[in-house]
Amino acid sequence: MIHLSAAQMAAQLVSGATTSVELTQAHLNRIASVDSDVHAFLFVDNEGALKHAAEVDAKRVAGEKLAPLAGVPLALKDVMTQKGIPTTAGSKILEGWRPPYDSTVVAKLKANDIVILGKTNMDEFAMGSSTENSAYGPTHNPWDLTRIPGGSGGGSSAALAAFEAPLAIGTDTGGSIRQPAAVTGTVGVKPTYGAVSRYGLIAFSSSLDQAGPCARTVLDAALLHEAIAGHDPRDSTSINAPVPEVVAAAKSGNVKGMKIGVVKELNGAGYQSGVRTRFEESLELLAAAGAEIVEVSAPNFEYALAAYYLIAPSECSSNLARFDAMRYGLRVGDVDGASAESVMNLTREVGFGREVKRRIILGTYALSSGYYDAYYGSAQKVRTLITQDFNKAFEKCDVMVSPTCPTTAFKIGEKSNDPIAMYLNDIATIPVNMAGIGGMSLPAGLAPEDGLPVGFQIMSPAMQDQRMYLVGAALEAALLSKWGAPLLSQAPALAGK
Amino acid sequence: MSSLSRDDVANLARLARIEMSEEELVSLSNEFTVILDAVARVQEVAGADVEPTSHPLPLRNVFRPDVVAPSLSPEDALSGAPAAEESRFRVPQILGEEA
Repeated sequence: MIHLSAAQMAAQLVSGATTSVELTQAHLNRIASVDSDVHAFLFVDNEGALKHAAEVDAKRVAGEKLAPLAGVPLALKDVMTQKGIPTTAGSKILEGWRPPYDSTVVAKLKANDIVILGKTNMDEFAMGSSTENSAYGPTHNPWDLTRIPGGSGGGSSAALAAFEAPLAIGTDTGGSIRQPAAVTGTVGVKPTYGAVSRYGLIAFSSSLDQAGPCARTVLDAALLHEAIAGHDPRDSTSINAPVPEVVAAAKSGNVKGMKIGVVKELNGAGYQSGVRTRFEESLELLAAAGAEIVEVSAPNFEYALAAYYLIAPSECSSNLARFDAMRYGLRVGDVDGASAESVMNLTREVGFGREVKRRIILGTYALSSGYYDAYYGSAQKVRTLITQDFNKAFEKCDVMVSPTCPTTAFKIGEKSNDPIAMYLNDIATIPVNMAGIGGMSLPAGLAPEDGLPVGFQIMSPAMQDQRMYLVGAALEAALLSKWGAPLLSQAPALAGK
Repeated sequence: MSSLSRDDVANLARLARIEMSEEELVSLSNEFTVILDAVARVQEVAGADVEPTSHPLPLRNVFRPDVVAPSLSPEDALSGAPAAEESRFRVPQILGEEA
């Protein structure tokens, strides 16, 4: 049962072949059996999940009209507040905190009767590409437990790949949904900026952060997308416009006549050979499905990484000022006569991990008087140039595509002492966040040289998220008929479990 | 060309309210030489003719109607407080008195 897609699970719930309690219990059992190896979860809400599942079952028995995913379980990234449930954002500074309110995403999940199983592991405050920066230890990739599951949302994607949950929520500031999806052989979507409310999303970089769906199929991602998207008066950056019809697009998958733009600058040197092999193969399949493949150029993308590592740290240095040991979270050094400032200094020393401190210091520097124009100001100009590159390219194509990441999953520990090497993981995902457009990663197969998953990235213009679902569904269908079974059925690490 | 000395990092850490060990100050200062070289590349294309973008959406002020609506109760608001007293957050001494 746990190997079905979320859409199939929902159908079984409707037909009465199973109940939400059975389905939820099956996933809780799976978590109990494999999560000591994977460590996708920071908190599992056994009691709350079963209680909610029973309520959904009762509603169904009573003949209430239910949402499409009602009764299906989900794993929630630990960066989203859920009332009364421990929420840490992967940081020691929030250890033991139970938020007094629900994020809008959680409120919508509850309104859709989606059952929340628990909170998933992540790089501290979503800063990282490997989940190694979690204060609670790394998550392991279900394809090879010695490798990283990507980051920052490694827990959410690993939970999907390990069949601990059929759906998950991620957040994507520079690739934190798409890169974990790519290296775990799952699907991840960063919607257009503003499509999903940020209310209750613990902020890292407010102009880049965006929550989105993680799943094992394109249709499942679309169903979850429609459940969580929409205008929210509590988020002033929320888009007040109808949600694009992504479910219809995922069901159609018709790409006849669509123009698919291959980004010249996001391919070639620096990309692993097996990543390129799978990418080229996917392009051929899309062409066979009726799409026209064209080449587009985005000359300023090469500056995106540098701009990102100024903008995101600058915004984070401001956002993380709220962790001041006064109103919630950790407090250290509160002895008689200690000043508020010394308590703050000591709490933030103990409460923040190395990468978070590195970025706060970098952001403080980039925003400081005398350096602002050279660093933060210049980065904002690069942001304009990247957006212009996208606009020009979208005049020649309907969507743009690239490999999601330059390589497959690397070993845990391999890059943890080299910040620049770690930052390079996100070279193909960051431009999407800079421009605030939509991006999806879906599995393109395994790299022949290491047998690990490769991600295919689709980028669509702002507010046109349905386009990436059309192309994603077409590619997924073509690959499935080539493979004969979903890619995850080949994942070796948890075989027999 | 760009680098941060140990004392520069110490000053930034003070501004950011983070206590740092000597080891951390020195190693961060070493890392910043590499990181600043990498990020300084933005200056290559950031000409005077390019407008900055601070946000992907054309933002303007968003207001809600000025009516009273339900909000957190004092109990909920204080539920995560490291210390509370008489329905208020209890915080360490803020002004140097005694002093």
